[in-house]
Formats: sequence, C-alpha cells, structure tokens
Amino acid sequence: MAVKTTYDFDMMLSNAREAYGEELYQMAKEGLDFVFTYSDNVAPSTKAGQLIKEFPERCFNFGIAEPGQVGASAGLALAGNVVFAQVFGPFLPLRAADQIHTDIAYNYTKVRLIGTHSGVTAGGGPTHNDIADLALYRAIPNLTVVAPADAGQCCKFIRLSMDYDGPMIIRINRAGSPNVYADNDYELVIGKAIELMEGTDAYLISFSSNLYECMMAAKAMKEKHGCSIGILDMHTIKPLDAEAVIRVAEKSGNIVTVEDHSINGGLGGAVAEVLCEAGYKGKFKRVAMPDEFAVLGDTDDIYRYYGIERLGIEKTLTEMLGI
Amino acid sequence: MSVKLTTIAELEDKCVDIRENLLNFIYRIGMGHLGGELSMVEVAVALYYKYLNYDVMDPHKEGRDRFILSKGHCSETLYTIFSDQGAYTQDYMVEHFESLDTYKFGMHSNRLKCPQIEVSAGSLGHGLPIAVGYALGARYRKENYRVICMFGDGEFDEGTNWEALMAGAHNKLHNLVAILDKNQLQMTGNTKEIMNIDPVADKVKAFGWNVIEIPDGNNMADVCAALDQLPERDYTKYDAPTFIISNTIKGKGVSFMEGNHKWHGGGIGKEDLDIALADVAKMRKA
Repeated sequence: MAVKTTYDFDMMLSNAREAYGEELYQMAKEGLDFVFTYSDNVAPSTKAGQLIKEFPERCFNFGIAEPGQVGASAGLALAGNVVFAQVFGPFLPLRAADQIHTDIAYNYTKVRLIGTHSGVTAGGGPTHNDIADLALYRAIPNLTVVAPADAGQCCKFIRLSMDYDGPMIIRINRAGSPNVYADNDYELVIGKAIELMEGTDAYLISFSSNLYECMMAAKAMKEKHGCSIGILDMHTIKPLDAEAVIRVAEKSGNIVTVEDHSINGGLGGAVAEVLCEAGYKGKFKRVAMPDEFAVLGDTDDIYRYYGIERLGIEKTLTEMLGI
Repeated sequence: MSVKLTTIAELEDKCVDIRENLLNFIYRIGMGHLGGELSMVEVAVALYYKYLNYDVMDPHKEGRDRFILSKGHCSETLYTIFSDQGAYTQDYMVEHFESLDTYKFGMHSNRLKCPQIEVSAGSLGHGLPIAVGYALGARYRKENYRVICMFGDGEFDEGTNWEALMAGAHNKLHNLVAILDKNQLQMTGNTKEIMNIDPVADKVKAFGWNVIEIPDGNNMADVCAALDQLPERDYTKYDAPTFIISNTIKGKGVSFMEGNHKWHGGGIGKEDLDIALADVAKMRKA
C-alpha cells in the first residue's frame, strides 16, 4: 500500500522535538509505565515540561551531566523500568559515548535515548553540531538507531519502543520542519524502510526532515526534466534494511543518500557498504556534511551552503543522470 | 540457599577460604587483578555471607539487595564467592573462563553471562551512576532493597563518580550505599602521588553523604561495625545516602603483594602461588 506523503502540500509544520514529549505525556496519562530522565534543557513550556510537572515521581533531572544521566538511566532500566532519556543532541554521543556503549548497549538495558537537535539543527556552531553520532552508534552492538521523518513518525516510534526489546536511540532533528507523511495511517516497522515514492530513474535514500527536501527535489526533477525519482525513508539506520537498498538500487541503477551527518560513517557509508558487497555496478553519491567543522549560520542556510536541501539534491541528481 | 554466617570468627575464617580459592583460581586461569581482589575480600565476604539479602542460587530473586562491583577487574573475588556458595565449581569456572563462545566468566564481568553479576563492568567510573539510577528506580517501583556499589580509589579519579555523588545526595537516596575500597594504590603507583583523592571523607560529606569510615577494611570486626550502621531499608525515606570508606591494603594477606602496585594485574606462577598460599594460611585463626 502506498503511503500518503506531503508531496502535494505546502509546509504543514511538524515539530518532532515537541512531539516526543507530547506522546510521552499522553502515554503517562493513559497509564503506561515508564520513567523519564532529562538534562537541563527541557523547557517547562513544552509538553515534556508538562510531563515533568504532572508526573514528577517518574521524571528525573540530571542537570548538565550527560554521562551521569545515561549511566543512571541504565540503572533505572535494570530496576525494571522502561526509560526514556532526553539529551541535547551532540552531548549524547560525544559526552556519554562510553555510557552508551557499556551501560546501555553492553548491559542491554531498556533505555530509549532521545537525542534532540541532531545534525546542524541546533545552531550555535560546531560545538553544538551532532554530526558524528551515527558513526559511533553504527559500530556499537545491540543498539537500534532510528531517526523519525516528522512529528507523527516520532510519536509512532516512541509508542512502538515501549514493547521493543533492547536499547534504542531516537535521533530527532528539527523543531518546525514540514511533515513528510500526510497522515499517520501507515505501518511503521523498526528496521523496515518505507518506500515514500516509487521511481525508475534514481532513488534518494534519506531519513528525518531531510526527506521533505528529497521530495521537493524529486518534484522539481519531474516537473523540469520528467524524471522519475523514488525515495526510501530509511528511518532505521541500524539495523539497516539492506534488502530495501538492494531492491531500489537494482530498480534504478542510481542511488543518492541524503543526511544531516558527517559524510564519514553515516547513512551514506552504510548504504555504500551494502551496495558494494551486493556487487552493485550503478552510480552512487553521498550528500552529507563534508569532513570539516561546519560554517555558522541558520540551519537552512547551512543546508543550502552544503547542498543538503532541494537545490543541492537536484543538482546531484542532474549530474548523476547526465541532464 | 547461600551460606550465611553470623560471627566475626566464622567470617574471618571464610576470608581465608576465599583468599585460598581465589589464588588457586587465578593460578589456573593465568590472569587476574590480585592486588585489588585481595584488598576487598573482607567487605565482600561480610556482604555476601551476612549483610546482603541475596542468594547466589536464586540470583534474580525479586526484592534482593543489589551489589554492583564497579571495579569490574576484580570480579574473580566475586566468582570465588559464588563458587564457595555453591553456584559453580572451580573446575566449571576455569572451563568457562574467557572460553570464547562458551564463556561465562571474564576478567571483567558480564551480567548476561553470569547471572549473579548485577551490572556488567570493566570501564571505570560506571558503577556509581548506575547505582544512583538503580536506587531511583527501586524507589519509583516501591521496592525495598539496598543498592550497594563498590569501587576503587584509583577509579575514584573518574569524573562520573562525582556527578553521581551529586545526584545521589540531591535525590536523597536513603537505600543507596557506596563503598570505596581505599587500598591506596593504582596501576602504576600510589594514589596519593598519581591523583590524590584526599581528604575524601570531607569531600564526600560536603557533597551531602553520610560517611562511615572503616579504620581497617581488612579487619572483619571493623568491617562489621561499619556495616551494622547501615540504615534500615526504607524506600519511603528521603535521606542522605551512605558512603563507606574502607581503608584496605592492596594484596592483603600475601607478603610480597602487600603494598606493591606491581601486583595490580597479571597471573601468578607456581612458586609465587605456594608462598602466597602459605602466607594466607597464617591468617587462619582457628
């Protein structure tokens, strides 16, 4: 069954950063049993703030101490709780790498680490950019890593994770980006990519809000050049849906990955590994943050600067297709 | 059921058994961290044979006290206790020690392989933050057990301990107990020279913990006097957590290991083993 996207809509704003809190709040009100740990960056005005206010006995603030927070989250899980732990983007993998590796993954604890502000979406420059996390997570056994496309998908993941065995990373990027899915009436399976749009000339493989830019690039390619560009929502980066990658590669012979992460070690690298080992002979290109500390500016401007938005993706596709 | 002992003399005698079995085990597997494994024997024996509500034969029993060994490189002391209490024979432990895909025991413990291990450890400075979360989680679930975490004084350099000291006191975790095995040596020398943690009692008090000092952590009477002071298990109480400073000697009981940082890690040869066993035998009072 084809999913309904926002391909034909304009700017239905989605806020996954807000949505996770809203879903948790809702789940708490429904009586679902979980606890929440957080860093000193959850504003009282958010839905997560409301969760903290109305369910204080299950919410624990660890201040500005990510390793301590992640370690304690593992302890809370070992005590028999499902734990959602919110940490500000870059400080999750960079500060708490050992705790993610050892306390969460090796100890196999039911912790869902919610990294907000991923990629370059926080603003504030390289200290606040979360561009190396996937390179780390991909190499840690037991971890499942998901990056929701929009607020609706984020809520689905939060709820799905209640019954999911083992540790999980939920990578959330922007506050206020267009929805990718027109409704929530679709099946989301962890580890199973969703073919957002079918195509024959090329496939874009991406995740999170970058998918919307992929759709806009595909739209432009169709309108300007009559090209049929497919899109794969690779919402689960680990374990990667290798079958889906090979399927769309065989179908089109042209693959472009798009991600707000370093070009090293992220989705592009993961897809390249699958393609190479499968003997893929077609074309392949990675659109990602280059191997440099990023320029400073507004997120959209940074995306434009590095070509990680519709125009940059369109340019990559036209070059690949020889248009 | 695990063996429980009551008198100081019985516990002291048990420490000799454990030291002997530990030395033999390390001799057979060819690796260990005898210095720290020997320094912690009295506290570990007191806990497992008297103070912990814990049965090694029913390791995941609900409501059990949780003992977290943060200095995971000293796991062989625990394995030896589990063995003495009937969970495994030493032969079985040797056969399954770092034996690739059949392993159950390792230099650093894995809770998924050895069910008596509460938390897989090895990387230092992880136990106390996990213990803080564990105690918070127990309170949330209204369960009445102690969470006891032991770590080393070299390990105490790690900043995560200090994050956890803040969090433990901030949350008034009455059922949380931290035990510092202060054997005064770390891998390459004296902790005072490498990174001085003193005056550690004052520092921890300033963080808001109730500090109990064991003058000699290798003296069973001292150890029991301290553990007798642990507050009753009561998850409803919001009170300062307890921090025990156990002043011990690294390599305790073996003449050539005591106070010698070179016995931090490694195996032991037959000649050294024989001397070590003779030394340890002298500790037996009965």
